[in-house]
Amino acid sequence: MSEEQKSTKTRRIVPIGPYHPLQEEPEFFKLIVEGETVVDMEINIGYNHRGHEFISPELTYDQIPFLVERICGICSNSHPLACVLAIEDCAGIEPPPRANYIRSIIHELERIHSHLLWVGLGGHFIGYNTVWMWAWKYREHVLQVFEMITGNRNHYAANKPGGVRRDISKEQVPQVLAALDLAEEKTKLLTNAVLDDPVILGRLANVGILTKADAIAYSTVGPTSRGSGVPWDVRKDDPHAAYAEVPWDRVVFEEGDVLAKAKVRLLETFESIKIVRGCLENLPDGPIEARIEEIPPGEGIGHTEAPRGEVFHYIRSDGSNRPLRHKVRAPSFMNIASNVVAVRGGSIADAALTLAAVDPCYCCTERMAAFEDGRLKYTWNDLLKLSWQKTERLREKLK
Amino acid sequence: MSWSGWGLAFNFLIFPGFLFSAVVGLVLTWVDRIVSARVQYRRGPPVFQPFADLFKLLLKQTIVPDGASKTVFLLAPMLGLAAMCLTSGLLFYVNFNPQGSFVGDLIVLVYLLGLAPLALVIGASASRNPLSAVGASREMMLYFGYELPFLLALLVPIIKSGGAIRLGELIVAQQAGGPFLYSISGVIAALIVLFTTQAKLGYVPFDMAEAEQEIMSGVFAEYSGASLAVFKLTKAMMLFLLPLFMITVFWGGFGDWWAILKFLLIVVLVVLMKNTNPRFRIDQALRFFWFILGVFGIVAVVLAFVRL
Repeated sequence: MSEEQKSTKTRRIVPIGPYHPLQEEPEFFKLIVEGETVVDMEINIGYNHRGHEFISPELTYDQIPFLVERICGICSNSHPLACVLAIEDCAGIEPPPRANYIRSIIHELERIHSHLLWVGLGGHFIGYNTVWMWAWKYREHVLQVFEMITGNRNHYAANKPGGVRRDISKEQVPQVLAALDLAEEKTKLLTNAVLDDPVILGRLANVGILTKADAIAYSTVGPTSRGSGVPWDVRKDDPHAAYAEVPWDRVVFEEGDVLAKAKVRLLETFESIKIVRGCLENLPDGPIEARIEEIPPGEGIGHTEAPRGEVFHYIRSDGSNRPLRHKVRAPSFMNIASNVVAVRGGSIADAALTLAAVDPCYCCTERMAAFEDGRLKYTWNDLLKLSWQKTERLREKLK
Repeated sequence: MSWSGWGLAFNFLIFPGFLFSAVVGLVLTWVDRIVSARVQYRRGPPVFQPFADLFKLLLKQTIVPDGASKTVFLLAPMLGLAAMCLTSGLLFYVNFNPQGSFVGDLIVLVYLLGLAPLALVIGASASRNPLSAVGASREMMLYFGYELPFLLALLVPIIKSGGAIRLGELIVAQQAGGPFLYSISGVIAALIVLFTTQAKLGYVPFDMAEAEQEIMSGVFAEYSGASLAVFKLTKAMMLFLLPLFMITVFWGGFGDWWAILKFLLIVVLVVLMKNTNPRFRIDQALRFFWFILGVFGIVAVVLAFVRL
């Protein structure tokens, strides 16, 4: 945009946040608009520092999976899975095959319910509340499967270093398969209803386009990149758990618009159902965990494909029962940044949709932000000073 | 019913004006909510829920934002409400006394129905909120969008009745020659008015002015307490009056008990349309109204001229 054009039209700021009206999570998107057209956007995060990477080195390796499970409520299997993969990498052991299969089953069931959740939210974002309610109703079948095989609808606590915590019994297998059939049938119905609706297509197609070059430049991951023609999928490219042993295909679309992302998620649901079926049918016998005697000094990485993209965990060990350093990279942190290019040129209505199309998980993304509006807010010493001042205030109160 | 002072006051405030249309309108919002709930596999609220919501809102604090124009901000809801009370009085009066009304009341009604969105635009613009401003501009554009096909569609009954612009004459003509709906041009015109009803009510797919997911309720963003309650009440009354207007103009007036069934049918159609569509973008809505419904409107007018 040239300087001349800038002066002719007044620019206003339309804020989305600091508390998202719909997703009810802390983030701040400053849409800079001319009339209804979005010309630029600024992203601010860092409203809710949660300190997981700080807490983790104070816990033992057995406790850490329970901590990282709480990073996210929806992908609450991907963080523990990536974490135990990192610990196992550091310890240099392999989990037994049955544990690998169970890990894949839980991970894919999670993907199904997460993608259905997004379809519902996407419907809500374009004002189609019926799709919202229907998608979440069909998601319920998957949550019931979770309750049956792990004891919980969310926060399954399935993983531990060396294996899994709960076995799937022979009696449960046909029940899970029956529930899957039901979920597949209903999801098919929903997919056809969504992808055949001309008004939905009119709202989603050619909206918020993220080109392949931008998708690579912004290091997007997961369905966001696969909707832009970047076929990166950790499950295929670096197979872990049982992903190399069951047949499935990656879903990639080239268009890069919101519709492509929706298609990726809807069709991936069926691939996930295929994986769970394959795993359940070929479930090997044997133990469900390998015993870890000690974790030697060194470092390990684990990454897995969460519903929103690649989750990456890094662990450094000094040989004790606690890690020296634990680093987490969540997929939404990469994807949200790509919104800046995707919303440009669209209307406000499209922007709200585009921002939701990356399936952002703000609780994964929230972290201490030192920079705001391009300026350094706090240095290390400032933070220390603030902390001391707060301690002083608390002491005053206690007196 | 006379046009004397007390009679007018009664007509305007009690029946069929404010009180009656408010109660029926609130019951209809319950119908809206229960039908929506059943479509979405939910139970839905009990019948007194809209009343409870309204009274709760009336008891809440009304906050006027800093820097807003206080008088305009608080008077705008009353403008819409008053317009709807008048509409209700007029519509009922002509339905029971087809001979009684004045010449040109159809035109007056069209403008009264236009006052409700205008009240929203005025109130939202006075609130000095950027999101409300976006909502107001959308409401304005939407109004310009649907008014053209709406007026074209209203030409059809006028032509069919031989140039009557008095609602009473339209009703008499329909009682003599059958409702205007039962002809090709009538069906097209009624469908156009149905879509316009949806837009006037601010229901999906035309709820972009108050899109809570995009601009956080847009025009209503700064309204709270009693002033919000008045807006909600106005919308509820419109849910009652717009289908009634459709029946009066196209479907033989409110002459017999069948009219109640026709009325409920239109309300349920509106609610179903609301629940089986996503929201249009404002430019898509404009294109829809001007280039699709506008063309259909012209076709309907031409068909009406050749007595189809």
